[in-house]
Amino acid sequence: MLVFIIRRSLQSVLVLFVMSLLVFVGVYAVGNPIDILINPQADQIDRERAIAALGLDRSLPEQYGGFLLGALRGDLGRSFVHSTPALALILERMPATLELAFTAMLIAVLLGIPLGLWAGLRPNGIAGRTIMAGSILGFSLPTFWVGLMLIMVFSVMLGWLPSNGRGPTTLLFGLLPVSFLSLEGWSHLVMPATNLALFKLALLIRLTRAGAREALLQDYVKFARAKGLSNARVIGVHVLRNILIPIVTVIGLEFGSVIAFAIVTESVFAWPGMGKLLIDSINVLDRPVIVAYLLVIVFLFIVINLVVDVLYSALDPRVRLSESRG
Amino acid sequence: MSAPIAPAARAPQTPLARVASDFVANPVAVFGAALFLFILLLAVFAPLISPQNPYDLAQLDVMDSRLEPGSKAPGGGTFWLGTDDQGRDMLSAIFYGLRISLGVGAASTLFALCIGLTLGLTAAYFGGRVETLIMRIVDIQLSFPAILIALILIAVLGQGIGKVIAALVTIQWAYYARTVRSAAMVEKRREYIEAARCLALSPARIVFRHLLPNCLPPLIVVATVQVAAAIALEATLSFLGLGLPITEPSLGLLIANGYQYLLSGKYWISFFPGIALLCTIVSINLVADQLRDVLNPRLSR
Repeated sequence: MLVFIIRRSLQSVLVLFVMSLLVFVGVYAVGNPIDILINPQADQIDRERAIAALGLDRSLPEQYGGFLLGALRGDLGRSFVHSTPALALILERMPATLELAFTAMLIAVLLGIPLGLWAGLRPNGIAGRTIMAGSILGFSLPTFWVGLMLIMVFSVMLGWLPSNGRGPTTLLFGLLPVSFLSLEGWSHLVMPATNLALFKLALLIRLTRAGAREALLQDYVKFARAKGLSNARVIGVHVLRNILIPIVTVIGLEFGSVIAFAIVTESVFAWPGMGKLLIDSINVLDRPVIVAYLLVIVFLFIVINLVVDVLYSALDPRVRLSESRG
Repeated sequence: MSAPIAPAARAPQTPLARVASDFVANPVAVFGAALFLFILLLAVFAPLISPQNPYDLAQLDVMDSRLEPGSKAPGGGTFWLGTDDQGRDMLSAIFYGLRISLGVGAASTLFALCIGLTLGLTAAYFGGRVETLIMRIVDIQLSFPAILIALILIAVLGQGIGKVIAALVTIQWAYYARTVRSAAMVEKRREYIEAARCLALSPARIVFRHLLPNCLPPLIVVATVQVAAAIALEATLSFLGLGLPITEPSLGLLIANGYQYLLSGKYWISFFPGIALLCTIVSINLVADQLRDVLNPRLSR
């Protein structure tokens, strides 16, 4: 186990390094931030001073070297626009995104697994068919358009929920600003979170349904029924436990993609998270923030994948982490 | 197997005929296919059936801007789906938008299919280092969500119709490469490949004439799903303002245009293009769903 974690960590560092190089060189190739950031009326001396201050007068390898040295010390450069450290800017926005992503995942899990089980147990019933039709719709609906329609119905027509922003936040443990502790915070949170949850909800329904249908045909289920166990126990303990393994894996892996998709939801609902920061930064070519965002996301992904792998082996004793030795 | 009752009535069924007859067995899938065909016709014949050319400025009148659906046009017609902020008929804008959305989806799928197919087959047929390299890139790429890769590429490449297609191709080739490779790995151990090798056919001929046709079924399913995904992703990028330019208004851009008017209750500028987008994606997904069942030999009864 320990060997596995060490190996994976070393691999992760390599992936991070390669990604930083790719992203840095890639982003370096985009336009010239000077044209956007410096007043066109500025004279030559002002221009040069600004270029030197931003470090844009050095060659690409020099800039990357400086960036890498800084990165090792936790310094991912300063935002051209806000003149604050890029990493601090992202970390400041991160709680908002994480709160949104966690809430969305929670909605997807709490609705998706029961609905999927229902559809799996009665695949030909009316409810089962309706649930499956709904899940095809959930896959097909473009996230951003659903967001707009939610705003249209609940903010404009009914006037029940605010259409944008995060509302007042409360400090959790005196540290993290969160919305979910106040009623008004919830009124801001519920619509974006539902929007973000839809796609994962559809996915979880399908996965649970397929798993349940497969598990019901297995001998251990027949045996459990033959022993005279109650239906609730057969489904709740025997079936659910076995289909949970792939579901947990998918939930873990999809969590990263929820954070990525939050970019779209945050843009629709003007939710002040890191995704919206990324879009704003791309629009003004704020290179350090783009690079820092991507590195933070890659880092998150690597951590999530590692945690999922470890959890997987803990949940299913049949899976050994032996392939890591190969 | 058993003695046929009427031998003459049982014509030998070609694989295509079998797939077609299995496909039409599901009315929902037939509905999806019909809907998609209808949308395709609308897109192809947009210049003929649109009430106006939405990008001919001479035909637009700012006085007609933001009219409700069903309003009478001064020229005598009716704006069935209302008008946008420049007095453009939404129905016509949607027909033209469909052209662009479907075109971008089809073009990117086609390019990605060719690249993915070639690399996937190469990996499966030759194995060794080539395979390790290609599949490692595929694995790394598929571990990141498509939207994130698209945003990185757009940030790097810049905007424009060619660049959006390039970004979509870069995202999608990996799906095809993976699908083709796994299918080809199974097929290449079959006897007919061995027989072809014994005949001393050239590797290119074996790969493209013998191996490829047998890898097609799973590939068709993935390609269908990916067309829908490409259309949705392009719409999302355009909505974020990072996709197509304003001169090539796809459905995503039309929806984005209506965003600011939504809050004042003028829903139709965003609503109807969204419905068109939804119908397109749903129809393709319905077809893909049935194709998956029909083309999967394990599920055939």
